[in-house]
Amino acid sequence: MTAIGAHLPILVVLVPLIGALLAALCRRGWQGLSIAAIACAADVLFGIWMLQEVRATGQPLSYVMGGWAAPWGIEYRVDVLNAFIVVFVSAIGAVAMSFAGPSVTSEIDEDRQAWFYSMFLLCLAGLLGIAVTGDAFNIFVFLEISSLATYVLIAMGRDRRALLAAYQYLIVGTIGATFYVIGIGLLYLATGTLNLADMASRLGPVVAEDVRPVMAALAFVTVGISLKLALFPLHSWLPNAYAYAPSVATAFLAGTATKVAIYLLLRFFFAVFDPSLDFVSLPVDDILIIASVAAMFLASFSAVFETNAKRMLAYSSVGQVGYITLGIALANQDALTGAIVHLFNHAIMKTALFLALGAIFYRIGSVRIADLAGIGKKMPLTFAAFVIAGLGIIGVPGTAGFISKWYLAIGALESGNWLLVFLIVVSSAIAVAYIGRVIEAAWLREPSELAAKATEAPAAMLVPIWILAIATVYFGIDTRASADIAAEAARMLLRVVQ
Amino acid sequence: MVLLGELLSHYNYIVTIFLMVAGLYVVVARGNMIKKLVGLSLFQTSVYLLYLTPAKIVGGTAPILDPDYTVYSNPLPHVLILTAIVVGVATLALGLALVVRIREAYGTIEEDEIFSGNGNK
Repeated sequence: MTAIGAHLPILVVLVPLIGALLAALCRRGWQGLSIAAIACAADVLFGIWMLQEVRATGQPLSYVMGGWAAPWGIEYRVDVLNAFIVVFVSAIGAVAMSFAGPSVTSEIDEDRQAWFYSMFLLCLAGLLGIAVTGDAFNIFVFLEISSLATYVLIAMGRDRRALLAAYQYLIVGTIGATFYVIGIGLLYLATGTLNLADMASRLGPVVAEDVRPVMAALAFVTVGISLKLALFPLHSWLPNAYAYAPSVATAFLAGTATKVAIYLLLRFFFAVFDPSLDFVSLPVDDILIIASVAAMFLASFSAVFETNAKRMLAYSSVGQVGYITLGIALANQDALTGAIVHLFNHAIMKTALFLALGAIFYRIGSVRIADLAGIGKKMPLTFAAFVIAGLGIIGVPGTAGFISKWYLAIGALESGNWLLVFLIVVSSAIAVAYIGRVIEAAWLREPSELAAKATEAPAAMLVPIWILAIATVYFGIDTRASADIAAEAARMLLRVVQ
Repeated sequence: MVLLGELLSHYNYIVTIFLMVAGLYVVVARGNMIKKLVGLSLFQTSVYLLYLTPAKIVGGTAPILDPDYTVYSNPLPHVLILTAIVVGVATLALGLALVVRIREAYGTIEEDEIFSGNGNK
């Protein structure tokens, strides 16, 4: 066991990477699916193992690649924050895979199914790689591995608009990644290192005297990552990409891809750049607050008027990202806890919503709200789970969404900003409008032509949806595994600040 | 004269920034999907120069242990850019493949025709 234990950080990436290769060699969908499911399950175990080890010792796990000691070699560095990200990203992957069988069979041609799982595993490997690595350029490589796989996943959608969405995301995503590389290049020139921890220690004194390239680097890195995480004015790629991708891909990406990008932002703002640069010399926090509030309101308004339920949830994702970046911008213990715990809570809730829509799409072949009319009576179990996760998105007490908003509101109070508390509450009311629209259509209206023929989703789909729906309620009551770890991660990030 | 000297000594950077901005402009301003990809490639390529310019020392060789050589170029940025080139090629290949599929599905690769002709947002 110790032989495995010493190599956990690299195994987390290697298992899905090798899995992707094996899945690409498979001919049948179910073979790819079993490889993907095994890889996800293994990663969940590795993640929990690392999380426990890190929490027990209080020290980050450091893994040096090929025996070359940091800062010369590539170092994988896992602390509470990364381990938490690894656990929930691979858990969302595992849930998505337990749902995938029937959905992928119905949405993707037989000869392409194995490729779908191969791309899914590549994407997972990339996302987990970003999370565990401690090397700035390595992050870029993993960013591109996950992005390229994501473009393919999106392009596999049935609708021809999926191709267009994938192309647009490719253009925007590549610009984002290139901005990030430019930023890293400037940082490398200023510090002479690519190791994040080493970079942080060297940036401290550099900031005082020769600040301009470092400021430019901060700007490039921030904009590059913001494109990836769909911060409000940079979110144009997201709604179409999520709307036309295959159901399973949407559910997985909505829960994980933007979350990992937000993790990167956290890492750079608090652990690499000197926070006196982010928040004192440059008004990064003010810009972020404005963009976040704009996301909370404008993106949510767009969701209210959307006719396609998948696009509606995609706009809602942009709005929810706003809450997370708001917590980052406030940068105090409670707000940061709220931001990190919302990464986790939003991943659970949004994946549950998209999986429920995936099950509905499996039965009726449409996710237009007009076609969803009356579906609540025909697929009561699926839709009940949708309602529970929807209540979570609204932030009703007793659901996970309430916990994150509670911490955020307290964080806003601590920073003395009453207006923000008010805005957090008011913007939640918009979520009532868009989630309410779907519930009204599905429960109160007469069944539409498509919905009339629908029957309850198969058990293989109901189980993963309900696991997430129950998790939404569970993490709204017992926050030991979510908010407590998030608070620990926030303390760690802020300790660097003090 | 001072300004001219300044400009000449930063010749590589000026070329880099010109390529960067030109590439980005092509991506934003052109509606033809192939031209957009060309712009994207240009933009990515400019970053290679941004990394390589400060890494190269005139007259420097590869870092090999030999008493004849004392001036070395920094190998790390060169290796990084080798990786970045591979990433760039993969992105371009995938982008072009998508354009082929888009042409099959829509019959055109002009963005304005696709957006106007099919009534989608």
